[in-house]
Amino acid sequence: MREDGWSQMPTRRFVLRFGAAIADKPVIYRLVKDYDLVVNILRANVSPQKEGTMVLAVTGDRCDDGVAYLKGRGVEVQPLDQAIRRADYRCTMCGACTAVCPTGALRIERPSMKVVFDQDQCVVCQICTLACPVRAMEVNF
Amino acid sequence: MERTYEEINDKLKAGKAVVLTADDFVAKAEREGLKEAFREVDVVTTGTFAPMCSSGVFLNFGHSSPRIKMQRVWLDDIPAYTGLAAVDAYLGATELPEDDPLNSKHPGEFRRGGGHVIEDLVAGRPVRLRATAYGTDCYPRREIDTIITLQDINEAILFNPRNGYQNYNCAVNLGSRTIYTYMGVLKPNLGNAHYSTSGQLSPLLKDPYFRTIGVGTRIFLGGGIGYVAWHGTQHFPSMPKGPDGRELGGAGGTLAVIGDLKQMSPRWLVGASFAGYGATLNVGLGVPIPLLNEEVARYAAVSNADLFAQIVDYSEAYPNRVPGNLGYVSYAELMSGEIAINGRRVPTAPLSSVPRAREIAATLRDWMNEGRFLLTRPVQLLPGPGEAPAAKTLKA
Repeated sequence: MREDGWSQMPTRRFVLRFGAAIADKPVIYRLVKDYDLVVNILRANVSPQKEGTMVLAVTGDRCDDGVAYLKGRGVEVQPLDQAIRRADYRCTMCGACTAVCPTGALRIERPSMKVVFDQDQCVVCQICTLACPVRAMEVNF
Repeated sequence: MERTYEEINDKLKAGKAVVLTADDFVAKAEREGLKEAFREVDVVTTGTFAPMCSSGVFLNFGHSSPRIKMQRVWLDDIPAYTGLAAVDAYLGATELPEDDPLNSKHPGEFRRGGGHVIEDLVAGRPVRLRATAYGTDCYPRREIDTIITLQDINEAILFNPRNGYQNYNCAVNLGSRTIYTYMGVLKPNLGNAHYSTSGQLSPLLKDPYFRTIGVGTRIFLGGGIGYVAWHGTQHFPSMPKGPDGRELGGAGGTLAVIGDLKQMSPRWLVGASFAGYGATLNVGLGVPIPLLNEEVARYAAVSNADLFAQIVDYSEAYPNRVPGNLGYVSYAELMSGEIAINGRRVPTAPLSSVPRAREIAATLRDWMNEGRFLLTRPVQLLPGPGEAPAAKTLKA
């Protein structure tokens, strides 16, 4: 965070999907330069000439303008909290997802031993979708 | 002091029996001492909810007009075994569709298998039944393609030849790539450690010498009432001991269980998929332990701190049957979320749901307190440590 004012602003998190045509364009730079946004790349899989994805945390007044710019360049933008969801009716609270989750978004609460899912810590790595035996973790891309 | 099955059942019928879950009994024994806990408590209820691959259901579909022998059967495109009388079949939890891509693109997803069809049936959802046969004078029809529900068919008898494993390995990966096992996704270089029992709640860990569990023991099975049919396959009960002679908790015992699927619930029979491994069924199982004497009570009171799992490498040692292990770790340590192996801190995760195991033990306790569930005296106890034949090795 650059100055105190920034820490007051809400941080919003998005999943971005780049088509092959724009994967080599410096769109994230434009968010910083033109829209005065603080960006934090949580996860990225972007290669030239290929479709890519990025999980981005964005802080700043002009967040909506920045998102509009990205969409204008053909980037698909989805709020992160819609990207991975837990189908609670499927989850059996076994815990098989908890040691492979890299951020602790899925973790066991003690002493109840219940599995909690904290979407704020999820970086959409999707390992849980493979590790969950009852397929309770759903990807909404 | 001794108690008999008859005395406990009389108290249950009169609403005067004291029934505690294994968690509550462990706490009571720690708080008040074993003698006092045993004196007050008649029955301890256990529970486990975990993937149990050796599970399946015998089905009788009823006869169509004209009749068909059903030489081959598919339920939602998943084959069932039909080497039985006409319109009988056995659907196994791990059976897969014939066109499943399996591990051709590793790790395979195994999205749907026999366990998922069993879950659909028990939930009352419609399932497609397809059958073919060669045609006989008494069974002329050669094919049928119809929709069934659990209510429509004559019988659905859950019969699981190997359930309720007494104890299980704590699985780790010493290799350098992620592996996909029946113990879940194991990250390389001791990235995680997976275990799969409910510890101090687990039925066979609470009666390691099989002093109360036997053929005919009435149990909680899949949300309904079931019975222990026999010892399970690969029933090799033992009591491993530490270097100081300390008992580490039973290991190797298994149960074969049976019950009416029509009484059961999809909350307690849930289809499961292990990436790179296969499909299976989560089964909810609970066994009441009558505290016949103080010895039985002493084992029922053993806590997670005194029950141990052996740590086994699944990259090399397990698949190639290399003997030995990486040491023992208690369930208290496993459930803390982190253990130490070779001086490394390794995060742990269970495959067996403790919240669901607690719910089963509490449900069984409530059934008993309501007088809906009485104890049965086993027709014959299961073999305990030293009483069962040793495991044989298959020559390749």
